[in-house]
Parts: sequence; C-alpha cells; structure tokens
Amino acid sequence: MMSEYTIKIDKNEWEIVCGLEIHCQIISKSKIFSAASTQFGDEANENVSFVDLGMPGMLPVLNEHCVYQAVKTGLGLNAQINKYSVFSRKNYFYPDQPNGYQITQYEYPIVGKGFVKIGLSDGSSKEIGITRIHIEQDAAKSIHDLNPKKSYIDFNRAGVGLMEIVTEPDFSSPEEAGAFLKKLRSIVRYLGTCDGNMDEGSMRCDASISVRLKGEKTLRERAEIKNVNSVKFVMQAIENEAKRQIEIYEQGGIIEQQTRHFDPQTGTTKFMRKKEYANDYRYFPEPDLPPLYLTDEYIEKVKSEMVELPDAKKERFIKDYGLTAYDADVLTESVELADFFEKAAKGHDGKKVANWILGDLFANLNANKLTLDKSPVAPQMIGDLVDLISKGVISGKIAKDVFATMWQTKQMPTQIVEEKGLKQVSDSGAIESMIDSVLAANPENIAAYKAGKTNLFGFFVGQVMKQSKGAANPQMVGEILKKKLG
Amino acid sequence: MSDLTKLTISQALTGLKNKEFTSVELTQEYLKNMEKGRKYNAYVLETPGEALKSAELSDMHYQNGTARKLEGIPLGIKDLFCTKNIRSTACSHILQNFVPPYESTVTQKLLDEGASFLGKLNMDEFAMGGSNENSCFGAAINPWSKDVALTAGGSSGGSAAAVAANMCAGATGTDTGGSIRQPAAFCGICGLKPTYGRCSRWGIMAFASSLDQAGPMTKDVKDCALMFEVMAGFDKKDSTSANTPVPDISGVLGHSIKGLKIGIPAEYRPDGLNEEITTFWDNAAQMLESRGAEIVPISLLHTKYALPVYYIIAPAEASSNLARYDGIRYGLRVNGSKLDDLYINTRTEGFGAEVKRRIMIGTYVLSAGYYDAYYVKAQKVRRLIKQDFEKAFTKCDLILAPTTPSSAFALGDKHMKENPINMYLNDVFTVSVNLAGLPALSLPIGVGKDGLPLGMQLIGKPFDEETIFKAAYGLEQDVNFKRNV
Amino acid sequence: MAINNEMVKQVAFLARLKIDEDKTESTKDEFNAILNWIEQLQEVNTEGVEPLFSVRDSKLSLRQDEVTDGNIKQDVLKNAPMQEFGYFAVPKVVE
Repeated sequence: MMSEYTIKIDKNEWEIVCGLEIHCQIISKSKIFSAASTQFGDEANENVSFVDLGMPGMLPVLNEHCVYQAVKTGLGLNAQINKYSVFSRKNYFYPDQPNGYQITQYEYPIVGKGFVKIGLSDGSSKEIGITRIHIEQDAAKSIHDLNPKKSYIDFNRAGVGLMEIVTEPDFSSPEEAGAFLKKLRSIVRYLGTCDGNMDEGSMRCDASISVRLKGEKTLRERAEIKNVNSVKFVMQAIENEAKRQIEIYEQGGIIEQQTRHFDPQTGTTKFMRKKEYANDYRYFPEPDLPPLYLTDEYIEKVKSEMVELPDAKKERFIKDYGLTAYDADVLTESVELADFFEKAAKGHDGKKVANWILGDLFANLNANKLTLDKSPVAPQMIGDLVDLISKGVISGKIAKDVFATMWQTKQMPTQIVEEKGLKQVSDSGAIESMIDSVLAANPENIAAYKAGKTNLFGFFVGQVMKQSKGAANPQMVGEILKKKLG
Repeated sequence: MSDLTKLTISQALTGLKNKEFTSVELTQEYLKNMEKGRKYNAYVLETPGEALKSAELSDMHYQNGTARKLEGIPLGIKDLFCTKNIRSTACSHILQNFVPPYESTVTQKLLDEGASFLGKLNMDEFAMGGSNENSCFGAAINPWSKDVALTAGGSSGGSAAAVAANMCAGATGTDTGGSIRQPAAFCGICGLKPTYGRCSRWGIMAFASSLDQAGPMTKDVKDCALMFEVMAGFDKKDSTSANTPVPDISGVLGHSIKGLKIGIPAEYRPDGLNEEITTFWDNAAQMLESRGAEIVPISLLHTKYALPVYYIIAPAEASSNLARYDGIRYGLRVNGSKLDDLYINTRTEGFGAEVKRRIMIGTYVLSAGYYDAYYVKAQKVRRLIKQDFEKAFTKCDLILAPTTPSSAFALGDKHMKENPINMYLNDVFTVSVNLAGLPALSLPIGVGKDGLPLGMQLIGKPFDEETIFKAAYGLEQDVNFKRNV
Repeated sequence: MAINNEMVKQVAFLARLKIDEDKTESTKDEFNAILNWIEQLQEVNTEGVEPLFSVRDSKLSLRQDEVTDGNIKQDVLKNAPMQEFGYFAVPKVVE
C-alpha cells in the first residue's frame, strides 16, 4: 500500500492534487514545419528559414519524422494513437511567436489517453494517467540581458518540433511528480524521441497545483506554475505552492485561478497573472494544413520499430541475470548503460558484472567526471575481468589492480595479467619452495609461533604473498603453511 | 508595325516566333503604354529595367531556338505576390518598404517559362475589397471610365485595368471571394479563378487561406488557358496544393461542346436583378445551346447564405493571417514605450480602415464564447453550399451565371460608402465558388446601355477547368466582344 | 448578439488595434450592423452537418526530415526594422 502524503495543520489534513504538462523537444534533423536545422547552440538566426520567420506568403509543411516520433512516444506511454488529428492555430501576440499564432493541435491531438507506471521509495508503484500528447512548434528565444532597454530575439528555436505531454491530475506528492519526470525522461531517451535535458530546455515542465481537505471530492481552484526546469525544482514548486495555498485557506482566504512563476533562487512561486487576464487564444483549424490521417499499417510499423522500454528491460535483467531490483533499476536508467551492461554480461556472471559496473566503474567515472560513452573501460574488459576471478586466475584484490591498469591502458585484463605476470600461482611445488625460503629466513618467528603466538600466521602469509608479488593463490598458501608449521 | 500591345499573348508569341518583332520591341511598346496609362493608377511599381533585361534574354532564346512557353511576354503582377528583390506591399502601408528575398511559386513558374514582369499592380489592401479603393496607393481607375472615374473592381483592380488598357499582355490576380472575376467583368477582360489547390499559394501574401487562389487575367480565353497552364501545378511547399496533373488546355480549345449540360441556377436570379444582365445571361445560354449544349435548370439552395458565411470565414482567417504584421521582423514599425504599444501603434497606423474592420470582425467571431455560434456555424453552412454544387453537378457539367449584379460603379460611390455591407453585396455571385473551392472563369459578355462591359462566369467541377475553357472559348467567339477601349 | 463599447475595445486589444475614443461608438454601430447581417445564418438548419474547414480534406502530404533550408541570416534580417548583433531588437519585454 502506498503511503499517503498529506500536510497537517492542526486538525486539518490537506492533500495535493497536481497535474503536469511537459513540453518535449522532438529529436529531428529539421524543424516541424520547415526544412531549417534544429541544431542547438549555433549563431543567432542562423538556422532560420522564411517559414520560421513568418514572412508573408510562407506556408508550413509537416515533417514526417516529427509525426513518427510522436506516435512512437505515444506507444511508449501506452497511449491511444489517433488516426485522425488536426492542426490548429493558437493566436497570441508575442515577439517570440513569429506568425502571431502557434501551430498546435487542439481538439484532435495525435495521441490520446495512456499511462506511465512509476516506482516509489516505499517500494510501491502507481499509474499516472496521460491525458494526451499533441505536437506543435516551439517559439523563438528572447534574450533580455544584453541591453537594459531592449530585448533581442533569436529565431533558431522557432519552429522546432515539440510534443506537449499532458497528464491527469494524478500526482498527490512531490515525490510522485519527481519519479514520473525521471521515468518519462528515461522513456523518451530510450525511444530517441527527446533528449530530455531539462537544463538545456529540451524538456520543460508546467505544474498545475491545487489542494483540498482529505476526503473532499471536488477540486479547488488551481495555480499553474510555468517553466519549472529541473526535477528538483518541480518537486520544490509543488511542495511550496501547496503550502502557500494551504496557508491561505487556513487563514480563511481563497485561491483564484492564476498563473505563477517558479523562482529557483527561493524555491517558491511568484504571481504572474490572473486567469481572467489570460489571452483569448481564438483556436481554429489551421487552414494551411489539411487534417493528418494515420493508417493502421503505419501505426503497426512504428510498433514493430519500438525498442525495449525500461520496465520490460528491468524485468528481464532480474530474470535473466539474477540482478536485484535495485541494481536492475539503476542499470536500466538509460539505454546506453543497459547496453553496456548487456555487452559486458554476455557469457559471463551478470551479477558480478553488475557489481563491477556499479562499483569500480561508476566510482572511476565519477572521480574523473566522465560519462559512460567516454569510459576507457569497454564492456568486454569487465566481462573478461569477472571471468579471470571466477576461474581463479587472479584474486579479487589483484582484480582491483587490473581494473586500475585497464582504466589507464585500455588493455584487456587477460593481457594485463599476462604481461605483468599477475597470474595466481597455484602450483603447490612453487608455493612450497617460496614458503620454505620465508621460513628459513625467520627462525625466531617460527619459535615464537610455536610458543603460542599464533597471530604470526598472518605475518608468514604476508611474506609469502610479498615474495610472489601477490600472485600466489592465498588459499593454497594458507593450507601448505599450516602443514609446514605443524 | 501596328500597335503591338493590342496583340493577345498567343498572337504576340506567334509574332515573336516568326521574328516579326522582338521581345525588346514588344516590351518597349508596353512601357510606353504604361507611361500613357499612368492616369489609371494600375501600377504601384514599374520595373522597366528588369523587364527589358528579361526581354533581351528572351530574344536570345528565340535566336537560339530555345524559346519557352511564354518567352518574351511582358506581364503585370498583382502586388500580393512576393517577387524577389522587388518591393511587394499588398498595397498596405504596413509593408511599404518590404522587399522579399524570395519569389512566389506562381511568379517563378511564369519566369521559368520566359515571361517578364513590367511591374507590380494595384489592388485593395491585402486583397480586401471590391473597388480597389482600399489601396494605400489610391484606387486604380477603370479604363472604360468616361466623365466619372469608375472602379476597376477589386481586389485585383490594377490587374484588370492594366490588361484592359493594354499596359501588359496579361496579369496575375488572386481570387478569395471574386477578386479576379469581378474586376475582369468590370474591365471587359477574362479572368480565371482556378480550383482551390491548383495554383500554389506559396509566396502569395495570405488573406483567407482556405479560399485564396491565384489565377490569370487576360485579354481573351486562349491567353487565360496559356497562363493557367503555366501557373498551375503541384508545389510541395504548399500542403493544400493538389497533386493533380494540369491538362493541356490550349489543345482542347475549339473542340465541340455538343451534349454538354449547362446548369442555370434559379437562385442567381433574385428579384430586382438588373434586366440587362438577365438578357445577357439568357443570350449566353442560347449561344451555348446553339453550339449543341443542353440547358438545364438547377438549384443552389443556400446561395443566399454564401455572403454571410464568407464574411465570417474570410475575416476570421484574415485576422490570424495578418497577425504577423507586428513591426518586429519586417515591415512598418511605429515605436511605443511598451511592447504592446509598439504592436498597437504599428498595426493601427499600418492597416487601412477596411482591413482593420475585417480583422476586428474576424477576431470577434473566433473569440471564446462566439466561435461555435459564428465560425463553426458558418463552416457548417459552407458544407451545405458545397453540397448544393455537388448535387447540381450530377445534373450538369457547367454552371452559367452572371459575374456581378451590376457594371462598374463610380469611385467614391455614396451608396457603397455609407455601409460596408452594400459593398460586400457585390460579391453575391462570386463567393459561393470560393467557399466550395470550384473553378470559375469570367468572360466579357457585352456592353450595357451605360457603355460598360458586363461579365458572365462559367463554373466547373473541381479540377475540370478544361470543360470551362472549352465552353468559354465557344461563347467568346459568339459574343465577339470588342475589347479595345 | 449585440456588442457594446467595452467589447469593441476588448476585441481591438486582442487584435492589437486602437480605436479612437470618438470612434468607438460608430465602430460599435457598424460592427453590430455587420453582425446583424451575419445573424441570418442562424435560420439555416445545420443539425448533423459537419463543419467544412477546408475543401481539400485530402491526405496531408508530409516532408522528409532533411535540412535544406536556413543559413540565410542576411536575407532573414534584411527587412528587420531594427537589428543588433544579428538579433531582431524590440523594446524590453517584461512580464
């Protein structure tokens, strides 16, 4: 059972009702309605066509790949794909909106109802309803800090394809919203439909928040928090906005429907505008674009091109590799990591491979501030390393050194062991002669041992290991030594 | 050399081919006529340099035997078409200095076939109007005017005046609610509004996207066909453009129309319709009949509602299409201390009265709470209007009807001025065609008692311009209209 | 559905147009005359009729995802009323 999240003030127990709207930039080479590049970070107004600038007589032509990406995302969110969808114009004046309207979808979005399963820290899980996904064009970017009296506009971003994913008001705690965003990000990244970088703005989130007393059936007025741009901020915004509203209700006040702005400095929300001053967007069907019809064959084709998603992959990792749920969770966070793991685990002990990845590999990556794709250690090296240990060729301790070496040299562990002579010595004759020479050099200690100072046993083992440069099989050293010392 | 500017395009092409004269000579004659005809205010920009340069090139093509379909033919271009590196204003103050860095698809196609452009033609601002009086350059004047300056019609008034006064061999127009056909009728020339989707809208400043369609305006039916063949065709840059092959129309001109069924819509004969027009209409029907066509009565039940439907849909789309003229990226900017002031000042100063009126109506009919009652309702009635035509076309192949309820009226006409609706009523016979997306051609049918030309239109099935042209060509021969003014 | 002066002003603001104070009344009258005229549509029975938003209710043709446009910065900025550092410039936008 899920633990309930409520905020208690005296006798009153308040609960949160929250829904999210997430704008995801679609991964595509060109923009949704023009053939200009979607490249981020180029010089201002470089990736702009006359269409993106809303020049007179310019017309939109829909990018088929954006449609594909939206359908794929819809399937990834277990959602209904609508075979008939319509583009509409949302009319409003703003310098970053070149046409004076945004081409979006209104009454007939491309994707309908779906759901996403999220896991929570208490081990429970919850389904979050997806209301719809529609596709639309992104706005230009205004730059306010170059001149105190002027704003500058760069249209590079204008017309980049967006998917707006709208959820049901199913979130009752900041944690749920956070878990959802992470899950959504992981899904779109798996699908390759959005890169999910909230700090770069390729994924942006609005949260719609209201509170009510526990047990109340109806919804109270809500506040919409715009552009909250990290998972942490979304969680903060929900918590603090809920507290703000509760405080007002507790003091006998009322909440009016309004739009608020999140301030990352304070973690709180600031009033932007009342709903009644909101624009009248005058939506109507875009006359420049006939309706979009998708066929069953098309949807089936997209389905056949779907990749395995995190939930399915996680289940498989647990089943096929015997991983713990936690390890499987971490290893399936991104496709890259999951693929790395699978390559490393192929033909080897998956559980041990997982330990090396989550242990030494992660530690080294973190220490060197490297991402997985920049790792000097290839998956095959980890598989090889695990094998060497399992077969008793090297000890766990040597393996640590081998790992450190392969991090530096990018050599296969077998080769490192070979070159450095790190192979464990399991030849009893060789071990015996090493023991003999150690014993011969330490007659006083033998006497002391025999007189009862048994903790000197470790000293003898250490000396033998030292002489073998760590290569002697420690188990055999112990056994033979015990015999020799009587 | 007789007056070369009196030649039709097809005649001029023959002359050029036979080396009777050069394209440079032809162009110079037109330039002279343009100078003489400046009183008509048909051109808002003359581009003699470009025209002559292009003519020289055309002459080389004739020398080399590589002449294209419209090689060396000097045309006039409605100022709603964006023409590369040539000022294009839509006859609006808000675009007074706008120089597009691109060429509209339709004008590019004309250039690609060897045509040259003499300049940009006058029109009602953003194609909104029926008298050309809404131009920021002042109205074009009908070359048929005698004592009183008459309207050349609108919105393509400059195009019609220029063709009628031999100031270009042919012109482009656009037709959203009658803007090619009505001025063509008023000025005694031919004008075709093609099927919606035939001509690319790319590069033409949008008025009402679901209704706008470019078309030719010419001295005769054959020229109309010649230009149409070049202007039409699929364009992947316009998602509403039709991927339907353009038929070889010039080839079917003169073919028999025997057995063709011509529908006469009862609703186009309202009480009080000008008797003279009724007579011309009946005569036209008889002419077609004597060529073997069959006349059938038809009904277009919802005709009466076409105007109100049009005056909801067109302003609604226009209000959105014209939102881009905001002073930020191009065009006029009138500064203000705040951003909203900049928008308001720019747009209030930049747009003329009629454009503002339509933007206001369009904004209102789309606004929350009224959208269903006005916009959606209008689109429903629009479907009924289209269905009327579909039903009619099960009984006939073409529809014959007057183009306008009167001949050209005087500029500054009091009745038209006192109420915008009176002006809107001029479009009564033309708007249904746009709402249904059909092709229609207006051709001169005769001169009335007032000494002014009148037009008759032939409306066809979608993408069946061919049948229209066949019938229009026959009718034209019987009418034997004296074009020269 | 007659409209009043307040609504005229509201619509004008939505469209970013200014109606002079002394013209508000006449604009309203003209507006209402047009709306009255349009009103005759209400007498048409449209029950069960689908709105016809476009006569071209055909298949939307799509574009391949290829970059074939852009990199025309000069042309893009050519008609700008005001530009600085390769940006379009406007009075400060503060929300």
